[in-house]
Amino acid sequence: MAWFKKVDTEKKTPRKTLWVKCKKCQSHIFAKEWAENLNVCPNCNFHGNISSADRIKLLFDKNSFSELYSNIEPVDSLKFVDLKGPYKDKFEANKKKSGISEAVITGHGKINGIHVSAALMDFRYLGGSLGSATGEKILRAANYAYENNIPYIVFSESGGARMQEGVLSLMQMAKTCNGIARLNKKNIPYISVLANPTTGGVTASYAMMGDINIAEPFSVIGFAGRRVIEQTIGEKLPDDFQTAEYLLKHGFVDSIVNRKDLKDYISNVLSFYNR
Amino acid sequence: MSHKSENISKVKNTGEAKTKKANNGLTAWEIVKISRHSGRPVFQDYLKLIFENFIPLHGDRYFADDPAIVGGFAELEGNKIMLVGHYKGKNTEENIERNFGMAKPEGYRKALRLMRLAERFNIPIVTIIDTPGAFPGMEAEERGQAESIAKNITEMAKIEVPIISVVIGEGGSGGALGIGVGDKILMLSRAIYSVISPEGCASILWRDASYAPDAAKALNLTADALLKLDVIDEIIEEPAEGAHTGVHKTAENVKNSIIKNLNLLGNLDVEELLKNRSSKYSNMGKYNDINKG
Repeated sequence: MAWFKKVDTEKKTPRKTLWVKCKKCQSHIFAKEWAENLNVCPNCNFHGNISSADRIKLLFDKNSFSELYSNIEPVDSLKFVDLKGPYKDKFEANKKKSGISEAVITGHGKINGIHVSAALMDFRYLGGSLGSATGEKILRAANYAYENNIPYIVFSESGGARMQEGVLSLMQMAKTCNGIARLNKKNIPYISVLANPTTGGVTASYAMMGDINIAEPFSVIGFAGRRVIEQTIGEKLPDDFQTAEYLLKHGFVDSIVNRKDLKDYISNVLSFYNR
Repeated sequence: MSHKSENISKVKNTGEAKTKKANNGLTAWEIVKISRHSGRPVFQDYLKLIFENFIPLHGDRYFADDPAIVGGFAELEGNKIMLVGHYKGKNTEENIERNFGMAKPEGYRKALRLMRLAERFNIPIVTIIDTPGAFPGMEAEERGQAESIAKNITEMAKIEVPIISVVIGEGGSGGALGIGVGDKILMLSRAIYSVISPEGCASILWRDASYAPDAAKALNLTADALLKLDVIDEIIEEPAEGAHTGVHKTAENVKNSIIKNLNLLGNLDVEELLKNRSSKYSNMGKYNDINKG
């Protein structure tokens, strides 16, 4: 028994956070300013996570986006239980917390007048992890693009495959890429936008398969985790390792585009699609 | 039914007992250990035992020849095929040379080159899967480990000849899937296939790698579990104690299973083949459609 009990005042009176700490430059930014700047640090241009809803507002012409496949939700098919409890409890809690029922929102809408199908991943939901329902939605949105002959755009922010679904989550890599393969065969453009972070099985499947790969500044993009690699090679990795800038240098992304410029960049690229 | 090995530890609880029954008397963790057994037959053993007239082909034509992936023309009881697989060593020295069967981007790109070649020659492809995972190293990232796997997965959906993938030991995540998008996925009964190693999973979700046996059970990584989840198509039997206790018999079973499936797929025209492959992978996974209740 402890003699003194620490009183957790914060828990009793939840306050709205006034300040946001930038993950890159560590500076404290007034929350309102952070939000007005689209969750981008005004100091160092680090692009923080943005909700799928905010991304939709930012990218699509006003009221043009219609959500599709929101009926697809996860199921705990392996009855997976880890130290923190059942997977089912985890995704239900995530749904309550984030207000969305999967790590991706799918639908179609117009970007500067160009009709596209889109999938927008959301890091708030289980770290944007790729599970069966996530894969199903991403495939369906690809198929929607296929059937309607319209470009497909995926925004990724994800820690990778969702471990709690075992190999079923691994197979989502093959499932989603199957959708991309069909688009390739029909010459339908597929644009992949990689936000912070895009790692593991998501990078090693649809996120790297864009006809055009676009990254947001300073996003961490890679396959294996930084710590795993450091353990393997027994030395520290350079600071810019697995950043958008590093990938641009090594030839894996076409361009690094600021969030505020994404909409115009995408519509400009698609204006070259002559079919 | 095979006999249970004596050195297998006792059943701990009823949940585990159920798993044991399904896996012919072994826990998931015991199967993990068998799949990694130092005496377990690897690709080079099957190459000697069941394949003939092997013509190895080297290099990805961009950067290097990855010794962790071996491939080339081969014959299987007179069937001309393209054989591609992860190549583990049989001792420490060989394993260092072969990077423990952990491929780099040039390995996946070589694999894709050979699969494209098979398409031109109009011969089926057999891929042999046995890897702890794709190599997690700096140069692999630099040269696009993620891109090379993604590309293979996407391109394998388009390849116009039959593809049979056989998991003979460790099916380690994306590193396995990078050559694993087959029309048929066959798996030895003591092999594993997982999204992450049990140790890796335990260190993330249990915050302690020593919970690997619990993670192994939770991950459903055994052949029995994966057949039930419709991930694999067929289990190839091996001795209950592991393929290393009956190498010739196991190799024979592998051969027969591959030939059977080659014949099945050989009957399909290209359009049917690709349609079936597409629907196979489109239907992977389990989700809840709330409109359907």
